[in-house]
Amino acid sequence: MVDGDLRMLDARTPSGAINERWDNHRTSISLVSPANKRHFTIIVVGTGLAGASAAATLAELGYRVKAYTFHDSARRAHSIAAQGGINAAKNYPNDGDSIHRLFYDTVKGGDYRSRESNVYRLAQLSVEIIDQCTAQGVPFAREYGGLLANRSFGGAQVSRTFYARGQTGQQLLLGAYQAMMRQVDRGTVELHTQTEMLDVVVKDGRAVGIVTRDLVSGEIASHAGHAVLLATGGYSNVFYLSTNAMKSNVTAVWRAHRKGALFANPCYTQIHPTCIPASDEFQSKLTLMSESLRNDGRIWVPVRAGDARPPDDIGEPDRDYYLERRYPAFGNLVPRDVASRAAKVEVDRGKGVGPLANGVYLDFKEALRRLGQDTVRERYGNLFDMYHRITGENPYQTPMRIYPAMHYTMGGLWVDYNLMTTIPGLYALGEANFSDHGANRLGASALMQGLADGYFVVPYTLGDYLAPQLGEALVPSNDPAFVETERQVADQTDRYLSVGGSRSVDWFHRELGKVLWEHCGMERSAEGLHRAISDIDSLKEEFDRDLRVPGTSSTLNQSLEKAGRVDDFLQLARLMCVDALHREESCGGHFRVEHQTDDGEARRDDTNFSYVAAWGWADGQEPVLRQEQLAFEYVKPTQRSYK
Amino acid sequence: MHLTLRVWRQDGPGAEGRFETYEAAGIHQDMSFLEMLDLVNERLVTGGREPIAFDHDCREGICGSCGLMINGRAHGPQGSTATCQLHMREFSDGDTIVIEPWRATSFPIVRDLVVDRGAFDRIIEAGGYIGAPTGSAPEANLTPVPKETADAAMDAAACIGCGACVAACPNGAGQLFTAAKVAHLNLLPQGQPERWMRVERMVETMEEYFGSCSNHGECEPACPKGISLDNIALMNRDYLLSKMRNRKLGGRR
Repeated sequence: MVDGDLRMLDARTPSGAINERWDNHRTSISLVSPANKRHFTIIVVGTGLAGASAAATLAELGYRVKAYTFHDSARRAHSIAAQGGINAAKNYPNDGDSIHRLFYDTVKGGDYRSRESNVYRLAQLSVEIIDQCTAQGVPFAREYGGLLANRSFGGAQVSRTFYARGQTGQQLLLGAYQAMMRQVDRGTVELHTQTEMLDVVVKDGRAVGIVTRDLVSGEIASHAGHAVLLATGGYSNVFYLSTNAMKSNVTAVWRAHRKGALFANPCYTQIHPTCIPASDEFQSKLTLMSESLRNDGRIWVPVRAGDARPPDDIGEPDRDYYLERRYPAFGNLVPRDVASRAAKVEVDRGKGVGPLANGVYLDFKEALRRLGQDTVRERYGNLFDMYHRITGENPYQTPMRIYPAMHYTMGGLWVDYNLMTTIPGLYALGEANFSDHGANRLGASALMQGLADGYFVVPYTLGDYLAPQLGEALVPSNDPAFVETERQVADQTDRYLSVGGSRSVDWFHRELGKVLWEHCGMERSAEGLHRAISDIDSLKEEFDRDLRVPGTSSTLNQSLEKAGRVDDFLQLARLMCVDALHREESCGGHFRVEHQTDDGEARRDDTNFSYVAAWGWADGQEPVLRQEQLAFEYVKPTQRSYK
Repeated sequence: MHLTLRVWRQDGPGAEGRFETYEAAGIHQDMSFLEMLDLVNERLVTGGREPIAFDHDCREGICGSCGLMINGRAHGPQGSTATCQLHMREFSDGDTIVIEPWRATSFPIVRDLVVDRGAFDRIIEAGGYIGAPTGSAPEANLTPVPKETADAAMDAAACIGCGACVAACPNGAGQLFTAAKVAHLNLLPQGQPERWMRVERMVETMEEYFGSCSNHGECEPACPKGISLDNIALMNRDYLLSKMRNRKLGGRR
């Protein structure tokens, strides 16, 4: 057992009936009056869905906002790549949806490892998000009558997903970006592009600002604020190959963790079952194909391991439609975690297909016969074209090859009901926090959470922290707290440049990804995790000794930027393995081979592990575990079954 | 495949640039164009040289970060394809490939193949939004939007802000980018209250930064998202009308 701090974490959730908690909380917390808001400066790091929506809203309220993005424009954040949609309990299709049902589905989909109060609030706010985005001009899909259209998504029995073709994330992000740019125009948001946050500044136990590096000039600078909001996304790129954008990283979150913010459930990672398999050693990222394809495609592998015949030469008796065989009730539409693991089982048995034997077939032949090419094209044409462009194979003629890939991270900074981390004044929003998805996120819920946090949660809850500070000046940037942090950041930057070894940053990142995917990916075992920890320790030691970063710190230097990010990934990867090792159960995206039923399904342990594992940084020592006990008053935990 | 690359290298915004030649051996046809550059960079770093700086992020054609002039064509030879989705099977063994940054005065070069597209943000700031403060929105289905309108708005809203339209234009004009946003918002009922102010400010801000449109039409085929020239006609029409409309009467139907 891991050494822990025995004090339970208090999430400060309000009491009362669950449907009244958010209302009660809003009416009882402190407010800052309109005239006083301009006396407060709020720092927002990251301008994706959560960050841009928070920056816009806080500025509209009258706060002075300083927003930071490492991109050249706030419109490039990775939220933009979300395809499928955004859930909301509008019940427009009149099919029995409600706030309570969305809440229930999300808690169950999270495999009973999320906080009920937060999830209920999320379901309540989902309704307002659609109103807000529509008013901003987000071009959601519509019916001929002019009203909004819905479609269904995994893990739900109702149609509650709003969408803008296959570009829902893009359109929602542009809405939030435009709302923020309106405030930039008004002078209420000061936007810093190509500026990367490299540390949080903490003074007297409170977050008082950040230290950044200008990615073009290399200048290291201090920025003071009365509160700091981190909306810097998830850490899937710790696996090197993932569906995340190339620059997505954990640095802001990790540096905050090293300054005292607890990191919750790092081992809860989501693997998406339908991605295009890697084609060679220099594969840089994996491309997701919307899970809607599983509505009409049939997944199969050859019955015989090593069968390298082209798919058309493999007759029906020689094919194994393994999902339909193992899960007759749900078939090809089992949830993401189940579908992913099943694909791994087949590939590990030597039944993988394609030049590298690293995929399974997703076959539309039957759908093409049943529906005709025109209907298939109408439903999936853009996805088929994308697949064709990337692989050079035409899916109308030959089955697609797919394989699971890292996609989303449910873990993140621990936050209380107000979204505040364990450092007073430091908040985490969107994928950067851990709060709403438990051990597995349902499709179309990430956009919902990012916007709920930014538009509707933090603008209220921030007042509770700020109100007592009225009249307090910003900490000046010549304060020793800033000067010392700037010095540490500069030293670290110089250290990467001065190692003078022989290996590129990318080499270390790739090696780390291999270790983590092998031992802390779709399946984990105590033996594998012990090995991974030892391998990561060696790799980190080699990184410190043999890294080569060319160039200087006073220009745009993409290798230097990446060195810091990979350094943080190396440290995070270790913590993920420690967390996965300590959690002696299987739940959601965390599957321990020692904890499965006789037929290979996940086995949860509610008696011993119904808690949030929040880890404290111990500066080179083993991390310290703290717990937040989870209580399920409204959704009673049961074993999930899809047979 | 074995390729010869002629790549624009420039140490900083004010520095003088030059073409450098690199041999790229062992390139697999299934690599993406940017993975080919990754490999060239990996070899440069291992050999103690500075890698080629280029912009990229999502690598699925949606973030708009990437953008290279490849053999004189914005985003390279394959139509409707951003640089990141271009694959090496579009090239042949022995090819020489010339790689340049976007060439436009309004996009100053930051380093090598990286340019500063901040001028696009200035245009959005100047009205490329609908003023709907958080919390003030009416029920979403209160205002029906005809499907044809919503679809046309979505067609325009698909712009990824990569800048290929500017790079392809002999005048370095920003019309297609600006028109895409004007059309997206001015077509929708929610965009009507700010319609005239929006188009007026956005067009006039655009003209501070970009060259003039003279109807070459090079932008449309360069666009990885197929944004139509029709949007420019719509923007011009709204801009003209913005100078004639009595906006006080805008509340009357």
